[in-house]
Amino acid sequence: MSFSVAAAVPAAPYIDWAGLSPLLALLGGAIVALIVGLAGPRAIRTQVVPLVSLVTFAAAIGCVIALWGQSIVLIEGALQLDPLTLILMLVICGAGIISTLLAWRDQAADEIAHGEFFSLMLLGSAGMFVLVASRDLVTTFVGLELLSLPLYILCASRVRAERSLEAGLKYLIVGSVGSATVLYGFALLYGATGQTGYSEIAAAIASNGLATDPLFLTAVAMCTVGFAFKASLAPFHQWTPDVYEGAPTPVTAFMSVATKAAAFGVIIRLFDVALRPAAETWEPIWVAIALITMVVGNVGALRQPSMKRMLAYSSVAQAGYVLVGFVLVTDLGVQAICSYLILYSLGNLAAFAVVIARERETDEGDNISALRGLGSERPVLALVMTMAMLSLAGIPATAGFMAKLRLIEAAAAGDYAWLAAVLVILSVVSLAYYLPVVATIWRGETEPAADGAGGVPVLAGGAPDAEPGRAGWELTLIGAVLAIAVLVFGIIPQPVFNLVASAARGLGL
Amino acid sequence: MTIHLSIILWLPAVAGLLALLLPSRFARWISLIGTLLVLAYTITLLADYDRALGGLQYVTDELWISSIGVHYALGVSGLNLVLLATTAVIFTASALWTLVDEPDHGKPGIYALLMGLAQTAVLGAFLAQDRALFVIFFDLMLVPFYFLIVIWGGPDRTSAVLKLFLYTLVGSLLMLVGAITTGVMAADGGQPSFLLAELAKTPLGSTAQGWIFLAFALAFLIKMPSFPFHGWMPDGYSNMPIGVLAVFTAILSKVAAYGFLQVALPLFPEAAVEYQELLMIVAVASILYGSVMAFTVDSARLVLGYSSIAQLGFIVLGIFALDGRGADGALLQATNHAIVAGALIFVVAMLARRTGGSEKLSDMGGIAKGAPAFAAVFLVLSFALLAMPGTANFVGEFMILLGTFTSKMAFAFVAAIGVALAAFYALRLYVSSMHHRVAEKVNSFELTLREGLVIVPLLLVVIALALYPQFALSPAQDATSKALSAAQQVQNSDASNTTQGAAR
Repeated sequence: MSFSVAAAVPAAPYIDWAGLSPLLALLGGAIVALIVGLAGPRAIRTQVVPLVSLVTFAAAIGCVIALWGQSIVLIEGALQLDPLTLILMLVICGAGIISTLLAWRDQAADEIAHGEFFSLMLLGSAGMFVLVASRDLVTTFVGLELLSLPLYILCASRVRAERSLEAGLKYLIVGSVGSATVLYGFALLYGATGQTGYSEIAAAIASNGLATDPLFLTAVAMCTVGFAFKASLAPFHQWTPDVYEGAPTPVTAFMSVATKAAAFGVIIRLFDVALRPAAETWEPIWVAIALITMVVGNVGALRQPSMKRMLAYSSVAQAGYVLVGFVLVTDLGVQAICSYLILYSLGNLAAFAVVIARERETDEGDNISALRGLGSERPVLALVMTMAMLSLAGIPATAGFMAKLRLIEAAAAGDYAWLAAVLVILSVVSLAYYLPVVATIWRGETEPAADGAGGVPVLAGGAPDAEPGRAGWELTLIGAVLAIAVLVFGIIPQPVFNLVASAARGLGL
Repeated sequence: MTIHLSIILWLPAVAGLLALLLPSRFARWISLIGTLLVLAYTITLLADYDRALGGLQYVTDELWISSIGVHYALGVSGLNLVLLATTAVIFTASALWTLVDEPDHGKPGIYALLMGLAQTAVLGAFLAQDRALFVIFFDLMLVPFYFLIVIWGGPDRTSAVLKLFLYTLVGSLLMLVGAITTGVMAADGGQPSFLLAELAKTPLGSTAQGWIFLAFALAFLIKMPSFPFHGWMPDGYSNMPIGVLAVFTAILSKVAAYGFLQVALPLFPEAAVEYQELLMIVAVASILYGSVMAFTVDSARLVLGYSSIAQLGFIVLGIFALDGRGADGALLQATNHAIVAGALIFVVAMLARRTGGSEKLSDMGGIAKGAPAFAAVFLVLSFALLAMPGTANFVGEFMILLGTFTSKMAFAFVAAIGVALAAFYALRLYVSSMHHRVAEKVNSFELTLREGLVIVPLLLVVIALALYPQFALSPAQDATSKALSAAQQVQNSDASNTTQGAAR
């Protein structure tokens, strides 16, 4: 009675487990973090869980380094491991490590429980891997949801803070609309081309001459809008300031770098690979989005009293700059995007580290006034914030300048010099909100403590623990390391440029 | 003799860093020693530079950012030789002023570091032989000044410095785009290069030159400042601390003038010819506007600020006469004006001490009474400012006007009015502060030893230049003619195309 049942079942797809190792590491780490989070002693929960998260991100980076330079298609064409995936995973896991440290002693992790907090962060990162590596519409959508769902919860993780819940709900609603739009777009794209694989879609567009097909164009429009929601590009950015402000700051920091990198990864792959034969139809739209995003981000950030809102608008503006590299559809453009994401994230995360430190030290929250007198009070943090702001503004001798230089060069080479000129003019506008922060730090002499003893005035009836909390050494350390990196890469940028030199190899540009 | 330009370039920054790290009571001394070392090094350079040979010497050239093709290329030519020494002189004077004359304003270590960085950036802009590097240093110059003004500036410093930053960066970042575009376009798909030496071989097509040239011109005109782009100047000047203002007015404007000769003219000869008259109009407008404003404002500081607009107008005029003598005169005038304007800024601070802190001319008067030596110093500097025959400023302005007469006579006539107006505002500044009735608040006293330490060496430089302007002129002549040659060729071919034999 030995029927050959196996013959009736299609052969299971070959799975290259080594190639999937970054994903497996992140998923495994998420499970371990969840289990450790159940441990009885509070010390284990508060100390070991973040450690698991750190180790997991480090392991994922290790896997990425081990796979460096490879270009392979995984799981029957569902995922593609190529330099672009690996570079962006490096950014994402790097941001993960830093955000873990930022969240280590944060209120949010305490309120929602450490196991959940860090395991959601790891799950989100796994989703980002799937997203940036996907070369198929179905995996793209799976990645998108795996990324989004943990982040909705993370945004609301300060369950006792109204703002945080509001941010989570807002993000959930707007994010779902974005996801739905993308999904609808994908369905139409499948309807128009009959394919789900990216390269197959490209072939179908080219061979069937679909570039002017109404169904196809609707699909492209819906994909564009959906991903613009996800990457917070204007005019689909309205959720960003509220969510960034309401979410716990370490989560905001993580989103502003990792989510952004993942979103741009998928945009590059979908448009530069699958939809490239129709590039002439979508390029003008993206140029317009780039322009609007740069303008809205830079204008919106002006006169924001809240640092997090300002950084939210600034991240919108920065996303607009990145789009300048995207609309070129060139090898240099993709390289410029990757170096931009790496170099920009340094200054951005440094800024968040200081914001978190001041949130814990003062009772002014993320208000810009919390930075007053930082120059004389906390010179290291003041220097970190200064470097961060100069880098975000793109002043020479900072990483941010080199990132912009690379973008300008790519734009000039791609016959978009005028777009580079717009970028530059708007980044001058950005000085009008970055520099006042620096001015506040260095000029604002608050009333010096009466006897210069530097002691915190004791409030009447204040219990010993009523004085503002301590920021924690890890914030100063992260900030200092990032600020030094900003300076070093501002002077010697070549290592980063070498790192991203092969970024576009898997795209066939 | 080998002279490493990298040492000159980075020495001020290193000195600044030392000043920050060592105990703060040494900071001002270290700053002064750093500037003195640079001064000594640039004087060696002046003596060692082979004037007979000319051209680019002491070249350093390393590939810096290979992906983009930016070189770390430094060199000394006839164009920057004297300006380097001038920079060293002014920064030394400023460090000396801070050491001996200013009360402790707090954080001397940070002040020293920022001044060191500023000097490094300025020297870098002068030394750079790669235009991307030039633009980077040109942009970088502004950063230390931002902090210097924010921390030690006057009451309106926050808005003043923001205005200064926005104005100047719009220009210089557009210049950055222009510089990158020229390199990428010239490379035509290959590895771009921004080396100035190489670019002469592959000039751009004339169509692309237009807007890129204008971007460069805008950056330089804002930095100077020139007439319609000077909006940042009154607030900026009013809020800068004296030691910083002296450097800013003396040196930073000259980087812009130098940029025209070093980068813009050789790079965009056709556009330079096309927009020659536009720039000359800007120059003449600056001369007239600056002179008239300098004659009317009440703040002594702003008299100098507006007079700078006028003087820089002369320099632009000389450069865009596209005539060898005009450009030589412009370069000489750049040095002259740097020294004289720098010295006069210190004089304004000294005047303010004698009027109970006010820099208003209406609060001054009769200061010469009881301060004859101070009056004499001030008088000589005022004569230099108004370009009295016998000063090097006279030689400079004369050559500028001579060059302009030969190329565009109408402009020279109008500009000549500016020479007369200079006498008005310079003498008004002198007479209304030093002579007239002794004003209420004035409590005059003689030049102190400490003040003399700062002002007398600058005065000696002014006198030395007056006696022997050829010293600054001779290395320049060969270099300016090289800088102009491309533009003159374009001009000549245009002229021979239209009317036979009209070429000069």
